[in-house]
Amino acid sequence: MEPFPDTVVDLAAAVAKGTHSAEEIMCETLDRIEATDHSLRAFLSRDGDRALDQARQMDQARSTGEPLGPLAGVPVAVKDNICTTFGATTCGSRILEPFHSEYDAHVASRLQDAGAIIVGKTNLDAFAMGSSTENSAFGETRNPWDVSRVSGGSSGGSAAAVAARMVPAALGSDTGGSVRQPASFCGVVGLKPTYGRISRYGLVAYGSSLDQIGPITTNVRDAALLLSVIAGHDDRDSTSVEEPVPNYADSLSRDLTGLRIGISEEYFGEGLDKEVEKSVRAALDTLQQEGAEVVSVHLPHMKYAIASYYLIATAEASSNLARFDGVHYGHRTEKPRDIIDLYASSRGEAFGAEVKRRIMLGTFALSSGYYDAYYLKALRVRTLVKNDFDEAFQQVDLLASPVAPTTAFAVGEKTDDPLAMYLGDIYTISANLAGICAMSLPCGFDSKGMPIGLQLMGPHFGEERLLAAGHQFQRVTDFHTRRPPSVASDRSVA
Amino acid sequence: MASTLDEKTVRHVASLARLEITDEEVALYAEQLSKILHYVEQLNELNTDDVEPTAHPLPVTNVMRDDTVRESYDPDRALSNAPQRQDSFFRVPKVLDQESA
Repeated sequence: MEPFPDTVVDLAAAVAKGTHSAEEIMCETLDRIEATDHSLRAFLSRDGDRALDQARQMDQARSTGEPLGPLAGVPVAVKDNICTTFGATTCGSRILEPFHSEYDAHVASRLQDAGAIIVGKTNLDAFAMGSSTENSAFGETRNPWDVSRVSGGSSGGSAAAVAARMVPAALGSDTGGSVRQPASFCGVVGLKPTYGRISRYGLVAYGSSLDQIGPITTNVRDAALLLSVIAGHDDRDSTSVEEPVPNYADSLSRDLTGLRIGISEEYFGEGLDKEVEKSVRAALDTLQQEGAEVVSVHLPHMKYAIASYYLIATAEASSNLARFDGVHYGHRTEKPRDIIDLYASSRGEAFGAEVKRRIMLGTFALSSGYYDAYYLKALRVRTLVKNDFDEAFQQVDLLASPVAPTTAFAVGEKTDDPLAMYLGDIYTISANLAGICAMSLPCGFDSKGMPIGLQLMGPHFGEERLLAAGHQFQRVTDFHTRRPPSVASDRSVA
Repeated sequence: MASTLDEKTVRHVASLARLEITDEEVALYAEQLSKILHYVEQLNELNTDDVEPTAHPLPVTNVMRDDTVRESYDPDRALSNAPQRQDSFFRVPKVLDQESA
């Protein structure tokens, strides 16, 4: 009885060495999904037959001595706003329920070229708009640590699938915290790379100056490996930068001695749950014991980040989502009176409440007479938020904070109050406004047993430092190795 | 700034956004969006007269490519998601000869 490998690094090594076949790993993965997902609903669609076929082809290739990619045979899941030529790409919305992409997103191609096998598409708040997956038209994803609670959002399906050990890694997208917050709620690692680090070709756009794809894994080493595979310039996304891609795994061993980590009291103010605060401060003590220096910095404009974000993101969304018009793809109303009614009724029938709310807020902020007072004002405040970070990173290498003010809340708790839901994004949003990299990693549990996340933030293209610090933290802590009570830890194969 | 959105404005915004919404939705959005606008108006506490707007977190410039002929989708593939098609076209209701068009 070999213990069954559970991490990306171990699974890839097992396939490369031949201690486990890709088929064996895929069978185990599909069994786990079958046994677990009915209570969580992390997946919107999956294609086990296709995944098994690919696994067998991988084993065949290995037996004939073909070179294997760095993720050969590793099962992964991708958020359902990332286009794939197999299955549907719904974005969690009725308007794209009938949509099948004719092309693969850049990240989907990169994963598959590296040998990873995509087993399915994960649930999300429709068009990545939300913080709980409750805005999915296909039902919310539950938290593996307590199924009466939300998984977080918008990449809740990806975070729950990884936390429940259905897959070792998944991709999400992060516009205001949508990778980091669900990772925190589900007790896994979520990385939002620097704006421009990864091509978004094939990611259905929400807020184009904010969106970034990121990996969700159980540990930092795996996140580093995935980032190395998916990062880099792509001609099809002109915002993806030419910056060289290091092998992020190489710098993980860098210790914390002399690393300057900034904390800002703006991140520990009113509304922060006491247990969350205690765990985050304890994590800072750990980092200090390992040689980091913790210093105080001031980020005076953080309190304006939510207001700035919800004007900018919704303005961009109102423009991006204009393409869903019932003409070229997606839902079309049955009997339109004329072309305008075809647009308006198709959209009115198939967009969910939160998507409509954001389109309306964004349309208002961009409309004649209000543009300067709302949209342009928000862009000016964005500059102030960005300047705060620029100044802070003159003094420190990284910043640390909580990921979210609370642990995962109950399903239904905030659905009637959109503003209350938005306010929960307070600690994650500013990284998107500034375009910097940031990561969520497990740093404790509250008295109810729900995971707590530590956020580390780094300057533009500071992923090596960020990942190294996270890895060093995980070397001396075990929060990331704990599993939800429903997930057995002694799985093994004969 | 107008810190409340009345129902008339909500209907106007919905029409700009090409969103058909029900009377109940109009009332709900008027209330919810007013609350959100009230919140975002805290931005007015800041004097930003001398602050440049940031539309993008990184300096980005237009990227040009050569204007060369490349392979593209054949009509069947391009139309594979069309709700309605006719021959090699997306079919829509008549656009011309209408006041709204």
